[in-house]
Amino acid sequence: MTTDSQPAAVRAHSVVKAFGTGDTKVTVLKGIDLEVYLGELLLLVGESGGGKTTLLSAIAGILDIDEGHIDVLGVPLSTLPPGKRTTFRGQTMGFIYQQFNLLPALTAAENVAVPLLIQRIRRPEALRRARMMLDRVGLVDRTEFVPKNLSGGQQQRVAIARALVNEPRLLVCDEPTAALDGANGQKIMELLREVGRSPDRCVIVVTHDSRIFHFGDRMANLTDGRIVNIERIQQEGTA
Amino acid sequence: MNYVALKMLFGDRAKYLMLLCGLTFAVMLIVQQGSIFWGLMMWSQASITNLNVPIWVTDPGIAQVDEVKPIADTAVDRVRSVDGVEWAVPLYKGLLRARLANGEYHQITLTGLESATLIGRPAEVLEGRFEDILQPDAVVLDQWAVERMGGPTVIKVGTIFELNDKLARVVAIAKTQKSFTNIPVVYTTYERAIRYVPHERRTLSYVLAKAKDAIPVEDVIQRIQTQTGLGAFTAEEFGWKTILWVLKNTGIGINFGTTILLGFIVGMAIAGQTFYLFTVENLRQFGALKAMGASTLTLARMILLQAFTVGLTGYGVGIGLATVFGYLTASGGSLPFVETWQLLLLVLVALLTIASFQPQLVS
Repeated sequence: MTTDSQPAAVRAHSVVKAFGTGDTKVTVLKGIDLEVYLGELLLLVGESGGGKTTLLSAIAGILDIDEGHIDVLGVPLSTLPPGKRTTFRGQTMGFIYQQFNLLPALTAAENVAVPLLIQRIRRPEALRRARMMLDRVGLVDRTEFVPKNLSGGQQQRVAIARALVNEPRLLVCDEPTAALDGANGQKIMELLREVGRSPDRCVIVVTHDSRIFHFGDRMANLTDGRIVNIERIQQEGTA
Repeated sequence: MNYVALKMLFGDRAKYLMLLCGLTFAVMLIVQQGSIFWGLMMWSQASITNLNVPIWVTDPGIAQVDEVKPIADTAVDRVRSVDGVEWAVPLYKGLLRARLANGEYHQITLTGLESATLIGRPAEVLEGRFEDILQPDAVVLDQWAVERMGGPTVIKVGTIFELNDKLARVVAIAKTQKSFTNIPVVYTTYERAIRYVPHERRTLSYVLAKAKDAIPVEDVIQRIQTQTGLGAFTAEEFGWKTILWVLKNTGIGINFGTTILLGFIVGMAIAGQTFYLFTVENLRQFGALKAMGASTLTLARMILLQAFTVGLTGYGVGIGLATVFGYLTASGGSLPFVETWQLLLLVLVALLTIASFQPQLVS
């Protein structure tokens, strides 16, 4: 449960992003204003091609924006040099993708340890922490399995463990349930919901999946490059 | 992240083996073709390497070792008189026909060595004693002569044949490097050689010489050229002169050179494409790593590590296979195959250069 009185983890102001040049130029984000607060799970919904993934990539600092500015956890991300932005991303953000993007040659524990290895944490320590994180997502008995020997739901849980292992304050999820069946999708969202409830962390989820809308605190509707409305979601058991 | 890079590389064994096979084949192709070419070039200067002397004094207009231009008999003494020359001996080299007891004729290269020293004699004798060449009518054949003139049942120690209606008796079989033309070599003394051949005003083919130890060979060569007006070369220079002549005046330079070049281009294209496909297939994974905070430098190092690891492995296996090929097909010197460190270095540098371009794919 969050309120607008919580500090903003993400502030996007007048964000514009276009691809291509001349006649083929397509403006995907047309002046986005958005705030995401600590302790909340924000759902980013809207029609395909509306700019959801582009906005997510811009917030993560993977894509440069053309106009406007984006602050993440008080850091002006859009003006940071690429190298510092990458380091900042590695230290403060976690990513979850529709296709999991696990490294197929690595075991579950090794996959989860990768963000720690990137932060130059020694391998034994990184693996120890990775196994603890896998325990937290219910996969302690699958630590030495390679992804192809895990089910889709298990792979996504490994991806979540990987996204959480370096204690990120911003968790960015792009269609995390799209490749999963309904039951597994619900479990994954329960896990993300639990994570998002942490008061010093927030979760942004891009999704088309209406079955998981009730897991969000707020839902922003992005259509044709603009946020057309943001609504608070009525939680179960609340009036 | 080296650990992650290597696990990505070795994790999919089928893909890794395909990558390794592509690189191995590329390296083997280049090394095998290049070594055959260079072996052929070595054969073209076999007349020089077989005699193993430091300085060759020739007609000033000489083009290559097998195109003998006789010089005056006095050249030996003139060379000996040059300051810095330790010794100088005459050499006869010319084509002649041998008539065997069975009536067959074979063209041979008659090589006449100075009898006092036998300088220029082959280093290894397979049968008999080379010193017996000093006996009346004695000649020594190389192993290729045995092969070309009828085999060991026809040609052996004790066999008698005719050279220009004069008797020649085989006293030894020596081991030599095969020559480009593969004409059998018959060794005898210089004095006997000029008795075998039809009379000519000039019979001296070359003067073989050596510089005194304390004097640079280049200085002595310069003095010989200046004081005698003759051509003078180190064995290496004369060898290169011969190789360049062969490349320029026969089809080998263009034809085989083109094949070598194509082999190199095809080999490197295979290597480049193999590297490229491997990196491109992993781009999604590298993208995920970058999103997790891996810097471009880290990713570049990972890709370099992968490319260098598989590249060096393929390089080693490729060279090994090419060497085995050379050993199996060219053992005994029957086929040209000479692996040089320069060729191996060139392939290594080319391979690592291509590998070094892979990180640019992720930037």
